[in-house]
Amino acid sequence: LTLTLCFSVGQCGNQVGCRFWDLALREHAHVNKKGVYDEALSSFFRNVDSSGVKDVKQMYKINVLTYLNLQAVLVDMEEGVVNEILQGPLREVFDSTQLLTDVSGSGNNWAVGHMTYSSVYRDQIVDKLRKAAEHCDCLQCFFLIHSMGGGTGSGLGTRVLSLLEEEFPEVCRIVTSIYPSSEDDVVTSPYNSVLAMRELTEHADCVLPVENQSLVDIVNKIKHMSHSGKPGSMIKRDSTIISGQGGLSGAEKPFDAMNNIVANLLLNITSSARFEGSLNMDLNEIAMNLVPFPRLHYLVPSLTPLYTLSDVSVPTRRLDQMFSDAFSKDHQLIRADPKHSLYLACALMVRGHVQVSDLRRNIERLRLSLPFVSWNQEGWKTGLCSVPPVGHSHSLLALANNTCVKPTFMELRERFTKLYRKKAHLHHYLHVDGMEQSHFSEAISSLSSLIEEYQNLDASKGKLTPDAPRLSIAR
Amino acid sequence: MSVVTVQLGQCGNQVGQELFDVVCSDAQEGQRKTYSTVSCERFFHQTRHGDPVARAVLIDMEPKVINQSRTKAAKSGRWKYGDNSYFSQKQGSGNNWANGYCVHGPRHREVVEELVRREVERCDRLAGLMAMMSVAGGTGSGVGTYVTQCLRDVYPKSFILNHLTWPFGTGEVIVQNYNSVLTLAHLYQLSDAILVHENDTVHRICSQLLAIKHISFSDVNRVIAHQLGSVLQPVLTADSHGVYSRNPLGELVSALACHPEYKLLSVCTIPQMPSSSIAYSTFSWPGLLKHLRQMLISNSKMEEGIDWQVRVPTGSERTRGLTGSCFNTSLANLLILRGKDVYSADTGGFADPALYTSWLSSEEAFTQWKSQVPFNKYEKSATLVSNSQALLRPLDNMVGKAWNMFASRAYIHQYTKFGISEEDFLESFTSLEQVISSYSQLC
Ligand SMILES: Nc1nc2c(ncn2[C@@H]2O[C@H](COP(=O)(O)OP(=O)(O)OP(=O)(O)O)[C@@H](O)[C@H]2O)c(=O)[nH]1
Ligand SMILES: Nc1nc2c(ncn2[C@@H]2O[C@H](COP(=O)(O)OP(=O)(O)OP(=O)(O)O)[C@@H](O)[C@H]2O)c(=O)[nH]1
Ligand SMILES: [Mg+2]
Ligand SMILES: [Mg+2]
Repeated sequence: LTLTLCFSVGQCGNQVGCRFWDLALREHAHVNKKGVYDEALSSFFRNVDSSGVKDVKQMYKINVLTYLNLQAVLVDMEEGVVNEILQGPLREVFDSTQLLTDVSGSGNNWAVGHMTYSSVYRDQIVDKLRKAAEHCDCLQCFFLIHSMGGGTGSGLGTRVLSLLEEEFPEVCRIVTSIYPSSEDDVVTSPYNSVLAMRELTEHADCVLPVENQSLVDIVNKIKHMSHSGKPGSMIKRDSTIISGQGGLSGAEKPFDAMNNIVANLLLNITSSARFEGSLNMDLNEIAMNLVPFPRLHYLVPSLTPLYTLSDVSVPTRRLDQMFSDAFSKDHQLIRADPKHSLYLACALMVRGHVQVSDLRRNIERLRLSLPFVSWNQEGWKTGLCSVPPVGHSHSLLALANNTCVKPTFMELRERFTKLYRKKAHLHHYLHVDGMEQSHFSEAISSLSSLIEEYQNLDASKGKLTPDAPRLSIAR
Repeated sequence: MSVVTVQLGQCGNQVGQELFDVVCSDAQEGQRKTYSTVSCERFFHQTRHGDPVARAVLIDMEPKVINQSRTKAAKSGRWKYGDNSYFSQKQGSGNNWANGYCVHGPRHREVVEELVRREVERCDRLAGLMAMMSVAGGTGSGVGTYVTQCLRDVYPKSFILNHLTWPFGTGEVIVQNYNSVLTLAHLYQLSDAILVHENDTVHRICSQLLAIKHISFSDVNRVIAHQLGSVLQPVLTADSHGVYSRNPLGELVSALACHPEYKLLSVCTIPQMPSSSIAYSTFSWPGLLKHLRQMLISNSKMEEGIDWQVRVPTGSERTRGLTGSCFNTSLANLLILRGKDVYSADTGGFADPALYTSWLSSEEAFTQWKSQVPFNKYEKSATLVSNSQALLRPLDNMVGKAWNMFASRAYIHQYTKFGISEEDFLESFTSLEQVISSYSQLC
C-alpha cells in the first residue's frame, strides 16, 4: 500500500484538515455508491465497506483513512479543536495513537512551539510518525497543514517538518501554509510567519501558500453571487467549494467556508494518488517538475471552477473558460497576479471528463499570453484524473511556480520590520529556552535573500535572452 | 532465431503490448504457414497447449501500467505475456532519470537480469535483444539505460536494439529534455542501433492520415507498432537464398549502422490510412515508391504535405557544397517491401548514389528486403528505415533546450541528489554535440 501521511498542526491546521477528511470521505462514498454522501455517517461507513458489515463498531477496525491511502497525525498544543473533532462524526476515523495534544497552547509564540513543545514532544512525534509509516510498505509523501501566524502550527509545525526530513529524508514533503491577512488579530503573526518561512524555505520540498485574505475575498464573492441569484450564476447548493452541507459537519463555524476552499486544494492535489487516471501524476513528480531551484519551491495554487458551477456536460467553450480562469487574479489562493509576473513552471491537474486533446488545445492557446522564463518556455506539466469532485463534471488545480509570490513576502517582511524596529514583544520570545535574537536576524535575512532571488528572475522578464552558446566540437 | 524484448516504463510497456498484438495478428492472418512459423518463433514461445507467449520482460517502477498491459494481452485471446516475466514496484521514478539510473536500476539489477536470462534460455537461438522505452520520464529512460548497460555486459556479443519514443514538444514532463539527453548520450555507447519514433510525428499521422478525432496513446501506439512490425516481421534478404532471413536485428544493424558515430534510425511507412478505407484502395509500386523517395529526400515522415520542390543535388552542386538546406542526406537506407508483386517493383531510385554520402558506395548504403506476404491487411506496403539527417533537427532542438536550461543550472539539484553531477551532464552534452556535428556534416 502506498500512503500519504498527513500532519495537521495547530488550530488552523486541524480545522482545515478536518474539512479535508470530511470532503475526502464524502468523495469516496460518492464514488463508491452514488448518493450516499447525503446520509448519516453510519450509513456512509457501511457503504464504504464492500463486505457489507452492518456493525459500525466493527468498521472502526478497518481504518478508513488507510483505505483512502491517507493517514493522519493530529497535533495541537491545546485540546479544544481536536476535542471538537473527536466529538463530531470524524471521531470514527481517528484513534488515540494518531493524536497529540497539550492543554495550554503556544500563546501565538513561535518559539514556544518550536523550542519548548518540540523538546517535550519530540520523541512522541517521531514515535507516531514511525508507527504510521509501518502501516505501509511505500510511503509516498508527507503533507503538513498549518498556519503561519500562531505559535503551534507555525513553530511546532515547522519543527515537525524538520523531523520528517531527519527520519525520512527521501520522502517528499509538501506543506500547505495559511498566511495571515494584514488585519490579523494575532499581533505577533509577522514574527511567527517570518520565523516559520525560513524553516519552510530550508526543509520543505514544496510549499503551497494560501492567504486568508484571498479566502475571505473568494467566499464573499461566492456568497454574493449565490444571493444575487442571477440565472447562470447559480451556485449549486451541494457544491463542495465552500459548503460542508451534505457532508459530515454540523453547524457552520466562522472559518468553515474558507477552510473548505483549502480542503478542495488538498482534495485535488491528492486525487491522482487516490484514483486512477489516464495521465497519472505522482506526488513526487510535483517537485521534480516544478522546482528548478531548491529554495524556490513556493507554488501558487489556483482553483477552478469557483464561481460558476453546473453539473451538466460542459460545452467546449466553458471548458476552455475553466482553463483561462485558472490564470486570473480572482482564482488564486494568494493575492497575486501570475499573468503579469514570470512563470518558472506550471502544472495543470485536471479532474473529470477532460481529454488529452483538451489539454493540448488549451496549453497552446494560453502559453502565448503567459510569460515564461527563457529557459523554460515549455514548462508545463499535466495530470489527468478521471474522477471529478462531487457535484462537478470537471475541475482544475493549477500550481504555478511564479514570481508573483514576491509581493506577499515583501509585505510580510514590512510588517515584521515594523515590529522588530521597536523590539515589540521581543522579550516573550527571548525568554524561551533555546531562542536567541539571531533566530530573528537569520530568519529575516533568509526571507530577504528569497525575495532577491525572485527579484532577479523578475528582472529577466521581457528581456530577450539569447540562447546559451552551444558547446563547440573540435573535429 | 528469436528476439527478446524488454519493455520499460509506462511508454515501453504500452508500445510493446501493441507491437506484440500487431505481430501476432499479422502472423495468424490467412494461410502462410512458413511466414507465420518464423514470425511466431521470433517473438513468441508456446505454452504446453500451444498458446503463444511473448518473449518479453516487463519492467516498471509502479504496478498500474504493467497490470493493464498484461490484462489487455490476455484479453486479446490470441497471445499473452508470461506469468512470471514481469517486475514492478510501488512507486515510479518521478520523471527523474537519475532516480531511475542511479537508484532503481542498481537496486533491482539481479531480478531484472534473471528475468531476461530466463527468457533468453527459452530461445533456441538468440537473435538479439530489443529494449523499448520513452526517453522523457524516469523509469523508461533511467532504468532503461541502466538495464541496457547490464544487458551489454551480460550479452557482449548479442545485438541490442533500442526502440525509443521521443516526447511531444510540450506539455507532459518539464525535465524531458534533460532525461532525453542523458538517455541518448549513454545509449549511444551501448546500443547497436537506436530506432526512434517521435510522438509529435506519430500524432500527426493519427490525425491527418488516419483521421482520428480524439487521439489516445493507444492510437499512437498502433501506428508505431505497425511501422515496427513491418520492419521486424519475416522477410527475404539478398543473401537469404529464398528463405526467410533468420536474424532480423543483426541484419538491420549491418544494413544501417555501419559506423559508431551514426546510430540513429528513423522509420516511415507508406501507405497508412483508416482501416475502413484499406479495402477500397489500390496502390501501384511505382506510385508508392515515388512518394516514399520524396519523403526521404525532403525529410517528411508522412505522405501528406510532402515538399516536391526538394530534389537530389547534382554532382557539381554537391562538390561546391550546395546541397540546399532541405535536402536530407542519407548514410544508409533499408527499404522493406511487403505484399503483392514485390518483385516487379523498381527500387532503383533508392540506389541513386546522389542520395548518399560520398564515402560509401550505394551498394553498401542501400539494402532492400522483400516479402510477398501482405503485411497487416495492406495489399502493398513499403517501409523505409533510414540512417540519415532526418533526426538531426529534433535532436538539435532537444539538446538546445536542455542546454539553455543547463546554462541556468535549473533543476540540476534534482539530479545531483541521486548522484548525477554537473560533469556527467557536460559529458552527455559533449557526446551529443558530437553526434549532431557528425550528422550535420553528412554529405
Ligand atoms: N483559514 C483559516 N485560518 C485560521 C483558522 N484558525 C486560525 N487561523 C489563522 O491562523 C492564525 C493563528 O494561528 P492558529 O492556527 O490559530 O494558532 P495555533 O497554531 O493553534 O497556535 P497557538 O494557538 O498559538 O498555540 C491566524 O492568522 C488565524 O487567522 C482556520 O480555521 N482557518
Ligand atoms: N507513444 C507513446 N508515448 C507515451 C506513452 N506513454 C507515455 N508516453 C510518453 O512517454 C513520456 C513519459 O514517460 P513515461 O514512459 O510515461 O515514464 P516512465 O518511464 O514510466 O517513468 P516515470 O513514470 O517517471 O517513472 C512522455 O513523453 C509521453 O509522451 C504511450 O503509451 N505511447
Ligand atoms: Mg491554537
Ligand atoms: Mg511511469
